[in-house]
Amino acid sequence: MAEKQIDFDIPVDGSDLLESVQESVRACMQCGTCSGSCANSFAMDFTPRHLWRLAQLGETDEIFNSKTFYLCSACYYCTLRCPRGLKLTEAMSALKRLATARGIKRHRQSSKFYEIFIKTVERYGRVREMEFINRYFFSLKDPLLPLEFVSLGFNLMKKRKIPFQLPILKPVRDQNGKVKYFEGRFERLFRKVEELEAR
Amino acid sequence: MNYIYYPGCSLEATALEYNLSTQATMGALGAELTELKDWTCCGASAAEATSYLLSMVLAARNLALAEKMDSDADIMIPCSACYLNLRKVEDHVKQDKKLLDKINEALKEEGLEYKGGVRVRHLVDVLVNDFDPESIEPLVKNKLTGLRVATYYGCQALRPYVIYDDPEQPRSLEPLLLAVGAKVHPWEMGAKCCGAALMTTKKDVALELTGTILKAAQGADCIVTICPMCEMNLEAFQESISKTRGEDLRIPVLYLPQLIGLALGLSSEEIKLEMNLAMTDAFKTKIAG
Repeated sequence: MAEKQIDFDIPVDGSDLLESVQESVRACMQCGTCSGSCANSFAMDFTPRHLWRLAQLGETDEIFNSKTFYLCSACYYCTLRCPRGLKLTEAMSALKRLATARGIKRHRQSSKFYEIFIKTVERYGRVREMEFINRYFFSLKDPLLPLEFVSLGFNLMKKRKIPFQLPILKPVRDQNGKVKYFEGRFERLFRKVEELEAR
Repeated sequence: MNYIYYPGCSLEATALEYNLSTQATMGALGAELTELKDWTCCGASAAEATSYLLSMVLAARNLALAEKMDSDADIMIPCSACYLNLRKVEDHVKQDKKLLDKINEALKEEGLEYKGGVRVRHLVDVLVNDFDPESIEPLVKNKLTGLRVATYYGCQALRPYVIYDDPEQPRSLEPLLLAVGAKVHPWEMGAKCCGAALMTTKKDVALELTGTILKAAQGADCIVTICPMCEMNLEAFQESISKTRGEDLRIPVLYLPQLIGLALGLSSEEIKLEMNLAMTDAFKTKIAG
């Protein structure tokens, strides 16, 4: 069972992927080693062990109402220690993907973080940390949140760790040579991946 | 020894000192680093949280580029998250031929193909396995005598792939630190999590984790890290953590190649010590001997 390949590469439109998460924890015997190993379980509403039980039982709503999977910081302790050899960290990631795809409102802050990060990569090929973090804060429409990071931003500027970077977008022109739009570095690659995933 | 060098996005900005000190120190040890040409983002933790295939493709693009340079090369990566993402592709395509085909279909858009060559290695793996501490000792020009170092390995350089160290009680760096004259601070925090990206999305939780690590580091002269995310989390919030906990938990946090570089006689300018956020004058005096 431990060596069984789990295919997480399934379109993220809902039930299918959850089934693959379910499949990946089917052999869970509820020993709780994952919960005992988890650095963040103190802040979770359901411990990891509890979450896997809910997955086995197909309790979709309870799973997606929980903030447990977004509290996974991918330290891989549970994966390392699971006596059944289950890929638990990857299952947590799969739940993040599903919640993002479903656009669940209470997870907006976390899903925005990942979405905007990956959009920056699509645009430039590399992450521009400052642009990413500014766009992230802006998307949350919470004027107080960025304040927690103002002094850090100031420190980073003082230490000259915020490089000035020019946009590197590629202009796409029509037959008259007029710029129609600007193409991101990875726009085509990302569309191709989407196409392959939808197959 | 020659390596293809993949710095990753953080090492161009917030972890610039990790980038420059890695190059300077590896140079001083006689290694030759060739930066991967046209490298792009490894996908970080965001790609995996968005699309599994995308996380594979973004990392594989860099492996394909490296393979084009030299299919038998070691690709050396200082960032633990980048390391794990590239390592995962190396591992997953070995087990799943269909995945490799799919990745390559996407990479056609970039005019690239990945065949499964090149070896993905973390900077620590390279330092502790390709360099003998006994061969480093004669190169030491500024012995770090009496400097007590808390070695922090974090997560993704150790787990899930168990390659060069114990994933729960890591000790691989100790012979190296002893070779440069430093003392090892005994603690249980070396393989614990710093909270990673939760510092942005669930700050209270991450502060709890970093606070515990900083507390355990008391008694050491500095913490040494091997990942830009760990470094940021451990050094950037020390003042607010100290305030909340009602005790002074401030401590300098250095990247490993900065510390080794110092011992090899590189100047603090060459290892960019002025860029560290939690540097203290007391520490600078101490290392000046």
